[in-house]
Amino acid sequence: MNREEGIVIEFKLPSLGADMDEGKLIEWLVKPGDEVKRGQVVAIVDTSKAAVDVEIWQEGIVHQLLVQAGEKIPVGTVLATLLAPGETAAPPASIAAGPVVKTEARRRISPAARKEAETLGVDIATVEGTGPDAAVTLADVKRAASAKSPALQPDSSADKTAEMRKAIAAAMSRSKREIPHYYLAETIPLDKASTWLTQQNAQRPLTARLLLAVLQLKAVALATKRFPEMNGFWQDGAYLPAPAAHLGVAISLRQGGLIAPAIHDVADKTLAQLMSDLTDLVKRARSGSLRSSEMSDPTLTVTNLGEQGVDSVFGVIYPPQVALVGFGKLLRRPWVDDGSGEIRALPLVVASLAADHRVSDGHSGALFLAEIRELLQHPENL
Amino acid sequence: MNPQEITAVVLATLKNIAPELEESDLIADRPLRNQVDLDSMDWLNFLIGLHTALQVEIPESDYSKLVTLNDLVGYLRQRCPT
Repeated sequence: MNREEGIVIEFKLPSLGADMDEGKLIEWLVKPGDEVKRGQVVAIVDTSKAAVDVEIWQEGIVHQLLVQAGEKIPVGTVLATLLAPGETAAPPASIAAGPVVKTEARRRISPAARKEAETLGVDIATVEGTGPDAAVTLADVKRAASAKSPALQPDSSADKTAEMRKAIAAAMSRSKREIPHYYLAETIPLDKASTWLTQQNAQRPLTARLLLAVLQLKAVALATKRFPEMNGFWQDGAYLPAPAAHLGVAISLRQGGLIAPAIHDVADKTLAQLMSDLTDLVKRARSGSLRSSEMSDPTLTVTNLGEQGVDSVFGVIYPPQVALVGFGKLLRRPWVDDGSGEIRALPLVVASLAADHRVSDGHSGALFLAEIRELLQHPENL
Repeated sequence: MNPQEITAVVLATLKNIAPELEESDLIADRPLRNQVDLDSMDWLNFLIGLHTALQVEIPESDYSKLVTLNDLVGYLRQRCPT
């Protein structure tokens, strides 16, 4: 069987969120002949929001790298080809010896490509061919030339801020254009949760203390089990519920802008694990180092604007997601106890839901918020 | 440690959390978190940074005493191993 046929796996630039349709390849972390495993970070791609560590989800041997550092590429571009595991009879050296080191006499180079290479000062021997029989095409030469010139660095921070604004504008405009939002709010007493948290933190060293935010995340994730219509994607005119709750956490960046990468499988994690995941995620989001899976697969976003002092937040859904849960500030307010009718000063939080009316109705939205409220009354079970 | 040394450690730790901070803009007897825009995660990381640098335990029940830069320096001075 010809090595070029049938056994080559294409590795494409994954989607990195609704507001990211292209990226610039900064660096390859693998080379032809390298074995790759599921989840391995193989490349770094700069986006309008962050430099993203792109993971690969297939196993195999890297065959050819089709995109060079410095190139801007749309989502879905084939970045590299892989040989399936087991298809490794040829030693890596000969794999690496693909088109790149073939002598020019044996290579097919289109006349237009040769001419363009001269004009642009590109060494044709180093250009990888993507045409039939690995022929070097005009496009290959142009790509090689453009890869030479731009600095292989993320864009400057001013560019970055402008780019990010554009990306947020595009995603949020799309959301408001396409998604019929409805909004609900529920005031949740947090006396039990606050007391429990204070007791927990009194026993914990500084480095292991929990924030209220992780209780909120866990409660939201658990609530999606009964309300799968809040957790998934609207795609191609239909709703696809997600099998697990990967909660997007809205993180404001110090230089301005916003990013909402995912913590995976929130419902299955302990509060301590979530706290450490959240700490790590915030740190990496702010230093601009996120993984492609964190960018691409949040199934429901949670935003917490309470830190900025607002009582409640009604968010804009991040497409293709179908809901967003918001938490406001922890307020100390008079509260009438349902049972006794007594008035007490309690810590309260307003939880809000923005949800997609194509997928769910206000009725289930209200029950979803009530479920979150109920879960937060039993912090010891979170 | 003298107050100047402690202040230097506090400011250096703060700058790790909020690199955009201009020390000269900071007013020592006004609430710190409003001036530097520290959310709970930033605040916790800030205290963890101080704990690492100065070997001081800071229980959560003391957070309410630590409002201004002056409060922090005074608190840490009392608790720093000499």
